Amino acid sequence: MSQRKHLHSIHVDHNKHTPNCATEVMPIPDFVRISMSQHIGAPCTPVVKKGDYVKVGQLLGDSDAFVSAPIYSGVSGTVTGIETDRSGNGGSEKVVVIETDKKQEISESIAVPSPKDHKEFVEQVRRSGAVGLGGAAFPTHVKFAPSNLDEVDTLIINGAECEPFITSDHRTMLEDTQDVIDGLVLTAKFLGVKKTYIGIENNKPDAIEKFRTMLSEQKIDNVEVVELRSRYPQGAERVMIYEVTGRVMDAGVLPAQLGVILSNVTTTAFLGQFFRTGMPLINKRITVDGSAVATPKNVLVPIGTKISDVIEFCGGYKEEPKKLIMGGPMMGRAIYSDQMSIVKNNNAILAFGEKEAFLPQETACINCGRCHFACPFELMPTEYYDAYKRRDAKKLEELKVNQCMECGSCSYVCPARRPLSFVNKLSKAYLKEVADSGK
Amino acid sequence: MENKVHNNLVVAPSPHMLSPVGTTQIMRDVLIALAPALVVAVYVFGYRALTLTAVCIAGCVFFEFLYNKIAKKEQTIGDLSAVVTGVLIAYNLPSNLPYWMAIIGCFVAIIIVKQLFGGLGRNFANPAITARIVLFLSFTTQMTTWPLPRNQVTVDAVTGPTPLGILKEGGGELPSNLDLFLGFIGGSMGEISALALLIGGVYLVWRKVISPITPLCFIGTVAVFAALVGQDPVFHVLAGGVMLGAIFMATDYATTPISPMGKVIFGVGCGVITMLIRVYGSYSEGVSFSILLMNILTPLINNLCLKRKYGGGKKHE
Repeated sequence: MSQRKHLHSIHVDHNKHTPNCATEVMPIPDFVRISMSQHIGAPCTPVVKKGDYVKVGQLLGDSDAFVSAPIYSGVSGTVTGIETDRSGNGGSEKVVVIETDKKQEISESIAVPSPKDHKEFVEQVRRSGAVGLGGAAFPTHVKFAPSNLDEVDTLIINGAECEPFITSDHRTMLEDTQDVIDGLVLTAKFLGVKKTYIGIENNKPDAIEKFRTMLSEQKIDNVEVVELRSRYPQGAERVMIYEVTGRVMDAGVLPAQLGVILSNVTTTAFLGQFFRTGMPLINKRITVDGSAVATPKNVLVPIGTKISDVIEFCGGYKEEPKKLIMGGPMMGRAIYSDQMSIVKNNNAILAFGEKEAFLPQETACINCGRCHFACPFELMPTEYYDAYKRRDAKKLEELKVNQCMECGSCSYVCPARRPLSFVNKLSKAYLKEVADSGK
Repeated sequence: MENKVHNNLVVAPSPHMLSPVGTTQIMRDVLIALAPALVVAVYVFGYRALTLTAVCIAGCVFFEFLYNKIAKKEQTIGDLSAVVTGVLIAYNLPSNLPYWMAIIGCFVAIIIVKQLFGGLGRNFANPAITARIVLFLSFTTQMTTWPLPRNQVTVDAVTGPTPLGILKEGGGELPSNLDLFLGFIGGSMGEISALALLIGGVYLVWRKVISPITPLCFIGTVAVFAALVGQDPVFHVLAGGVMLGAIFMATDYATTPISPMGKVIFGVGCGVITMLIRVYGSYSEGVSFSILLMNILTPLINNLCLKRKYGGGKKHE
């Protein structure tokens, strides 16, 4: 890209230990526990009941709401119950528990879709169960149906994978290159965009090379592979859109309003597969890594597999795990138990031992400005910290805390170990609370 | 560990990885950068430079410890910031200053300037600079009685004026620019060797502890100003506290602007005020006053230089 000034970013040790670990298919576990809320939006209602026999690709749950995505079974077996679990964000969620018979019988409902126009395409994308697999889990069909579709001119496929440790997108780009290309060509066709970019960080030269070669072999010339700097948070939606197109996307604005639709590379690869085979989203490639994991690997697992089963497939724990993270170390969520299950938007499971799980001692801010220079949006995390302590909504509003996307860069660089990113999150929640109470 | 359920794991907000650079490490880097100047000071002025530095460090750490104890605050002497302040106070004093005066300086720096305003990062003025100014105004005679460097000590003269003093009031021959660069001159113990301070400055820039913008603007402005009024720019840059001030005091995090543009304004402002005092004022040296004055303007400069591309800010490609 030309002389455009880069957004602020930080260097984080890549810790990518598994880029050369070809994906291993995990054997079907004895039980799967499939959550009915694996996306942003309305949770699904189970359409199966205890005692039902289900097959691979069979619908388990759906919702009438627009912002939602259906959930399918990745195994064949018997439903042993519909349970209520505590969800990762503190609420509760319905879970379909299936005892597998390991026969992996394919459901009769599988049919290869052949959409003719944008409307049918979006319907099929909804049927596929696709959500943003980069981590956000926003239903893809909603993203593909903006109100101003005719103004959308650019499609960006996000293959940055800027989170440390994770290599699952990288493996997708290497192993399912054709699926990505098929997916993006279809998406570009039905969305009617002129130009598609694939944004990949320059620490994955093999993926960049492979795309460039295959695109030129197949004479697809309106797709450009953009080599991005390996800086965090390159893969964040708003950062990616700026670095690729120069368009400034504020918080609360949809990419489509800027004429852009951005889709994760793994989501795109899945769509490529779905429109070829008709098999909905039932399994997921995840990176299993961290100091407490015996053999870090990339694994293809059925959605709903218990994390402890996945870890066991990777040789078990080599030391007592102290922290388990769903996702990457910068934005991933720490979970309290390894009995939770893999969901659609999981791209990694990290298990950290004693040393990495440490909780830092917070000390006084020395006003060094590192947080400000780390923030892609040049926000003022230390000011939010003080304003939040005072519950000063006016100041928080003025200093635009709502622009924060919680990428964690400020907390990462803070020499005083202040949980800045977390306080930003609390500040945003506080502002919402104030607005809701109508003050 | 097979088949055991792990369900009381640590749950904490992300990120789950932190930069290896912490406050203590930053302070340690500053101390390392200050070391060459101490070596020169001890060589030029003898052991008294070393003991004075030790007294100032002990004084600052003691006052910090005491304040935290009395105020029932968490102990913060481990972050080494008080040690840095101690070293900087010592560097701003003549090496033969009575110890008790130096300890008063430590009290002013740590208790009054730093802790009463909220401790580390909350002070609006540079503690060491303020301590120097308080001592200078309280004990003007002792604070301006400068020991001679070792190669100029004679049987009947152990003290003499600084190069800037000679320039202002006469009373001796100006040293060569080489002596100024290396440090064979009279003056505050830490300010004499431009070379030693530059080595420290380069180290801090390399370690990304400080930005080079402020020192470059400060020093550059002093040179340009000197040239404009027809004086030797090299002399003005090397003499007095410009190097020490520009590299170690005008780059203090808490009391100087954050943004690059703010740093430019701060550096230029310091340079201009320093030279106004040197050329037109009645004092021979103006670095400490210039930094203190700019410290006071820092919150204004910070507000002025706030820019933001996102959230309704300035848009540019």
